[in-house]
Amino acid sequence: MLESGAETYRVEDTMNRIAAAYGLADAQSYATPTGINFSTDVAESTTFIRISKRSTDLHKISNVNDISRKVTAGSVDLVEALAMLKKVDHTQLTFPSWMQIVAAAFVSGSFTIMFGGTWPDYIPTFIVGGMGFAAMLGCDRLVEIRFIAEFFASLVIGLLAFGFIYSGLGVELDKIIIGAVMPLVPGLPITNAVRDLMSGHLVAGVSKGVEALLTAFAIGAGIAVVFGVL
Amino acid sequence: MTIIAQLFTSFIAAAGFGILFNAPRKALIQCGLVGMFGWILYFLLVQQGMDVVPATVFAAMLVGALSQICAKLYKTPIIIFIVSGIIPLVPGGSAYDAMRNFVENDYYTAVQLSAKVMLLSGGIAIGLMFSEVVNQLIRKWVWRRAG
Repeated sequence: MLESGAETYRVEDTMNRIAAAYGLADAQSYATPTGINFSTDVAESTTFIRISKRSTDLHKISNVNDISRKVTAGSVDLVEALAMLKKVDHTQLTFPSWMQIVAAAFVSGSFTIMFGGTWPDYIPTFIVGGMGFAAMLGCDRLVEIRFIAEFFASLVIGLLAFGFIYSGLGVELDKIIIGAVMPLVPGLPITNAVRDLMSGHLVAGVSKGVEALLTAFAIGAGIAVVFGVL
Repeated sequence: MTIIAQLFTSFIAAAGFGILFNAPRKALIQCGLVGMFGWILYFLLVQQGMDVVPATVFAAMLVGALSQICAKLYKTPIIIFIVSGIIPLVPGGSAYDAMRNFVENDYYTAVQLSAKVMLLSGGIAIGLMFSEVVNQLIRKWVWRRAG
């Protein structure tokens, strides 16, 4: 329930706080990116929840955080809190996917300028970045493996960027590709990995770091294939 | 003129990333502002002739500090602001250059660039960590004075 891209220590901390608020003084929790262990006391039986799908949803994290705050303050009881958590779990994404694609397109265009590109490259990057992100979303639905989706997306980006250069609409190939690739870059996993490592969650930190590395490798490989073929 | 363009684009980039990560709607503007200030500090420092690694460290520190303040003010998890704020500093450009040189069999340049990417990501981590440590120290100090 809690794993939508929060740091591991936040998950554990939230569980312990909620437990403490309901009078369980010695609750034990252990979270990794792929599973959560929780027991109400040291000697009690343990509940284990496996997490197979990892995504990024900061809105959910923020909502759960709110609820845990209320629980700790004692303003809601167990049943109400559970109902609220269920509701958060079932809420749809804050932003529909078309809006995410548009956002990705804007992000791409802006990054081109920030990395020293010129304004004529804004529109090509805008289109390439949007298409790339759309390709990732679409492929993510078809294939279970995220790695493939990212690889495919950067492949699309590379091909489209080359297309724009050949047709004379784009000026600098490098700048267009860098800008368009940015929405795919695993910024959140990297930051989380570092924060987890620093707060002593070595297992979680390392595994998230590897996830980020894999993503980066997938993006690089996609672009590399385009360069190698053309 | 360049600075205005940089301000504008970095704001859009950071806020756009907020949307990609499904940040709460009301936090988007703050995300954009945090990212904008971090990037502008980095940009100005580099323009003044500073090396990119220390510039990244300082910018990450600023992002960390601003995120702490925002998290306190709006009672939202700090991660929301940090993630979108740090994105402009992520060395995507250098990582791409490194990858490209690998593909073109220019390993010498590629390894050089990869080392730089590692240093830059390390710089981001150090900057964030530093602001967190400062925050903890301040909190402890305030707590002790109050108690």
